[in-house]
Amino acid sequence: MNLHEYQAKALFHEYGLPVSTGQVVQNANEVLKALAEIGGNSWVAKVQVHAGGRGKVGGVKLVSSMDAAQEFASTWLGKRLVTHQTDSDGQQVSSIYFESLTDIAREIYLGAVIDRACQSVVVMASTEGGVEIETVAEESPEKIIKATIDSSIGAQGFQGRAMAYKLGLEKNQVRQFTSIFLNLCRLFHELDCALVEVNPLVVTKAGDVHCLDAKINIDSNAIFRQPKLAELRDPSQEDPREEHAAKFKLSYVAMDGNIGCMVNGAGLAMGTMDLVKLYGGSPANFLDVGGGVNAASVAEAFKIILSDPQVRAVLINIFGGIVSCAVIAEGIVEAYREVGVSVSVIVRFDGNNADEGREFLRASGLAIIAADTLQDAAQKSVDAARAQL
Amino acid sequence: MSILVDRNTKVLCQGLTGSQGTLHSTQALAYGTKLVAGVTPGRGGSEHLGLPVFDTVRDAIDSTGATVSVIYVPAPFCLDSIFESIEAGLDLVVCITEGIPTLDMLKAKALLNRTNTRLVGPNCPGVITPGECKIGIMPAEIHRPGNVGVVSRSGTLTYEAVKQITDHGFGQSTCVGIGGDPVPGTHFIDVIELFESDPQTDAIVMVGEIGGTAEEETADFIKQHVSKPVIAYIAGATAPKGKRMGHAGAIIAGGKGTAEDKYAALDAAGAQTVRNLAHIGDALSQVLRS
Repeated sequence: MNLHEYQAKALFHEYGLPVSTGQVVQNANEVLKALAEIGGNSWVAKVQVHAGGRGKVGGVKLVSSMDAAQEFASTWLGKRLVTHQTDSDGQQVSSIYFESLTDIAREIYLGAVIDRACQSVVVMASTEGGVEIETVAEESPEKIIKATIDSSIGAQGFQGRAMAYKLGLEKNQVRQFTSIFLNLCRLFHELDCALVEVNPLVVTKAGDVHCLDAKINIDSNAIFRQPKLAELRDPSQEDPREEHAAKFKLSYVAMDGNIGCMVNGAGLAMGTMDLVKLYGGSPANFLDVGGGVNAASVAEAFKIILSDPQVRAVLINIFGGIVSCAVIAEGIVEAYREVGVSVSVIVRFDGNNADEGREFLRASGLAIIAADTLQDAAQKSVDAARAQL
Repeated sequence: MSILVDRNTKVLCQGLTGSQGTLHSTQALAYGTKLVAGVTPGRGGSEHLGLPVFDTVRDAIDSTGATVSVIYVPAPFCLDSIFESIEAGLDLVVCITEGIPTLDMLKAKALLNRTNTRLVGPNCPGVITPGECKIGIMPAEIHRPGNVGVVSRSGTLTYEAVKQITDHGFGQSTCVGIGGDPVPGTHFIDVIELFESDPQTDAIVMVGEIGGTAEEETADFIKQHVSKPVIAYIAGATAPKGKRMGHAGAIIAGGKGTAEDKYAALDAAGAQTVRNLAHIGDALSQVLRS
């Protein structure tokens, strides 16, 4: 789960990480009050979206008057911001964060992630602040300084100091950086993070180390024990179909093709999409109905798939392990009755109760195309989608 | 021979009395798995499915001689159950539960690194040696004893691969679901190493997916240490970048972990890669009959 910058900075502040004074607004008429609260006569205005690359497309601006600040807010609130990290629709701008100005002497990168290759939390720093870490890793990996955190003893001061020296920080800055390093690791562990990034971490002209940006991603599996963080979720940043699907314990990701897919199991769902592509078609979505599926959630899955106007055919691929094909069949028939289905539906059942499921569909009298094998299912779906173009 | 479990393996179940534990333990018993005990704190001294229930893993081991545990405990309490089974000195712990926080798994790994216990999972279908021992949630009837070792990150994809192996007239030595989480207890390499030294296994089917670099690391291992043929399929060639595809670990992050990278690494390592999910059985057939 992603947090907004303003939410991440509030958490940084709680954990003793130095951030600028700032105020968030959801409405242009809150701007004056917010700026008065911060003080000064110049501010940085930043649109709040769950995506990076905001600055390059005008989503971050220095504003030197109340009017300019208000104009920025009116321009962006309610609009969608498209960056290189978003899809072509972009992300909804629901709030804007205003901050006091910082005089920057140098920029550094600091981040912590769960590194899958070494199966630990790893903190990374680089002198290339403001640049995406992936780019640095690609072009000049030697510039990345790493510290591996042992999960039984936690982050240690010497690791922070070693990093600070390698970054070329000076006396008082070493102390400040080490404190930031330790607090960032404490925050990472206590808040069940998957990623924390400060890009850039800056040294101010006055010589202090300061967190200019803040990015936090929380491990979704841990939300159950982070009730305060659960409240920070912003539905406006999520695909409404994905969000709706999640309510029914369905895992859905929209794609841009025209063959809707309904599958049990994440791996098989990906495999089914790949197969559609191999046979010359294009998948409209990823959808895993999960192990605890029932007739009602299958019907819901159908509705979500059909809510995509591009869909010309629906491929249902179920390999029943825990899931019974008979239950899926009931859900399919229920969906036909409830929503009416005007596109071709191709069904491949295997495993648990496959015969019962097929029989149930046959007996329903609905025009459902039965497929005997996986290849057959993929081929028939691609043919059906083509026929309806 | 097989790997990890066989007809003599005595298994205890943590979470036996819950709905998942009850459902899958009933099937395991019907399959002939030597499931000998359940562990549910507070239920010690009672019976469930005809099995004695104990308060602690230690008690269950002392009374029954179990060496393997299967865990169906809900995610919020799972780390505690994993710790308990590791501390009790079990050889193998199979964790089926999905949704365990990643930082919990890092703690589990820290303890695993100091002991001889092996953890398979979490978020996996389990381990089965066909005809001998079924631990987990996989459908029994698609399996058949044989000479193909199967290792996979995904549940239903494993079933798909197993069914194709069986339909082509072969069978499985052991099938191991290592799970779809970013920090699994057991990796491809661990399982492939066991298959390489198992005399019953003549070929290995490996089912990977996008996310992380485990398949690339496995490719290096195969190149250097594996003499048996490896058939490899990777799911997620069409998955968009930066989107989590159902499994916690199935995400292309920072441009890393694409199906193409994994296929390239496995091709370079001499594995027999399969791009068409429906062709796993065919590819295996060609390898074993040649």
